[in-house]
Amino acid sequence: MLEEAGSGHSAGPLGLADIFAALYFDIMEIRPEEPDWDERDVFFLSNGHVVPVQYAAMAEAGYFDKTELSTLRKFGSRLQGHPERIKLPGIEATSGPLGSGLSQASGYAYTLKYLDKNPQRFVYVVMGDGELNEGNIWEAAMFAGKYKLGQLIAFVDRNNIQIDGATEDIMPLEDLRGKWESFGWHVLEIDGHNIESIIDAASQARAVTHRPTVVISHTIPGKGVDFMEYNYKWHGMPPNAEQAKEALEDLRTLGGKITHEGAGV
Amino acid sequence: MSYPLRDDIYSNDVPQEPIRAGFGRGLVKAGEEDESVVALCADLTESTQMHLFKEKFPERFVEVGIAEQNLVTVASGMAHAGKIPFTSSYAAFSPGRNWEQIRTTATLNEQPVKIVGSHAGVSVGPDGATHQMLEDIALMRVLPNMVVIAPGDSVEAEKATRALAQNGQPSYLRLAREKTPIFSTEDAPFEIGKAYVLREGSDVSLFGTGTMTYQLLIAAKYLEQRGINAEVVHVPTIKPLDTETLLVSARKTGRVVTAEEAQAAGGFGSAVSEFLSEVLPMPIKRIGINDRFGESGAPAELLEYFRLTGDAIADDVLAFTENMPRYHQE
Repeated sequence: MLEEAGSGHSAGPLGLADIFAALYFDIMEIRPEEPDWDERDVFFLSNGHVVPVQYAAMAEAGYFDKTELSTLRKFGSRLQGHPERIKLPGIEATSGPLGSGLSQASGYAYTLKYLDKNPQRFVYVVMGDGELNEGNIWEAAMFAGKYKLGQLIAFVDRNNIQIDGATEDIMPLEDLRGKWESFGWHVLEIDGHNIESIIDAASQARAVTHRPTVVISHTIPGKGVDFMEYNYKWHGMPPNAEQAKEALEDLRTLGGKITHEGAGV
Repeated sequence: MSYPLRDDIYSNDVPQEPIRAGFGRGLVKAGEEDESVVALCADLTESTQMHLFKEKFPERFVEVGIAEQNLVTVASGMAHAGKIPFTSSYAAFSPGRNWEQIRTTATLNEQPVKIVGSHAGVSVGPDGATHQMLEDIALMRVLPNMVVIAPGDSVEAEKATRALAQNGQPSYLRLAREKTPIFSTEDAPFEIGKAYVLREGSDVSLFGTGTMTYQLLIAAKYLEQRGINAEVVHVPTIKPLDTETLLVSARKTGRVVTAEEAQAAGGFGSAVSEFLSEVLPMPIKRIGINDRFGESGAPAELLEYFRLTGDAIADDVLAFTENMPRYHQE
């Protein structure tokens, strides 16, 4: 997708693939054929630049045909470079400028809890760790903590990189767990590549009804592609044709552990 | 069908009330009319008159704290969940501080978030330049999908608030802190997107928005004494502009003066100029604040200093009509 688009972000989406797979195929109550279903769980992507992984998960889940994935970032496509609600059914909010998704999710969760008095539905958010530099995030953290929005479940993609380098060099986030706890949140920390841990974290979070939950998910940026893993330079860059081929080979062979014949490449 | 002005507008006893008071009453009515209406405030509940709604519908009022970015983004999420959220703060902070959040999560995202900016203009007074918002009209009107309203008095503000609750669009409502004269009546029409001819004339068109419309009515009175027959058009909706009504007036008089308690650059006068320059180019004078900030002082003192009172405006209009040729067709 990204090689075809010729621009976009590589590392973040790869690192989030497991979380999106867990969200779309296990955790969330959704109806891809009926994106506006009244009883659905709602998903807000706060760091809109990782949207290719969401588009991929949505296509796999049946929101739209997989052939449309190759239109990413192209003129006339519903798959905008950053997600737009009005363009693509199933996208719950337009995002890209960082820091606002948690607030929107909080507004939704507030409505469910206090106005609709509907405890059945949950609101999920994915945020980047670099995104936590934004003040708007902490305004939302205070708000959700104050109002004890138990239906709000946020995943922080703790991959330790942002565009200019390592998060702890650019603007240190630690003690990250302590920060969220002090804002009144229930905090879980998991390996963001272990599907079972992701699903367990979500079910534990749903059981915590009196506090919002943040799941600090430790991930490897560029996961599965040898030359991208842990390298911040891949944050905002797409692969060229050759690199894309190599990356797909890496992913399809689990880094050489599976032979080409076996992987069907 | 002429616009039903109060008959005491030229008397010293014309009733006065802050425009924001009309918003406070209108929001309660909007809340009675539609239970999806909710209100969010950033620690200025009484100043913005949202306390009336809070007292009537405590369960539909959300205190967000001093966090204007969160104010509009939480509102965007509530709108997505089916509510009609009105957010309020001082205009200097919302939309002054949270413009990008409004752009992305309200207008591009097409959610009907209502941004209510109180304490706009120099008539905020003693608080000084930091709190006298002058750039809000420019900031809001350039956003696609955004509706921009500056009511002329408290009676109209009440009607505008009720109308905005039902327009289904992201919208900006501009309010003023200080008491200002009431010129409209309960029977006066208000429709989003409509401008109203308050006084017919043939020599020059005076287009006003917000607090300046009343000053234009006063200016027209002074001009009459000096032999100039001015037409006064009240334009509460800055976007979408009622181009039809404005064009009829401009074509009739051939000269236009605009007035707003805001930066003359980029605001209401600019919107009128942009429109007329494409269809009927003619001399236009924009009255407002000219590329500077306000300062502390009494509201009346500041309006006088910045030449935003009826008599000063009349002088400026007179100078303009004396020096500028009138537009003639053909």
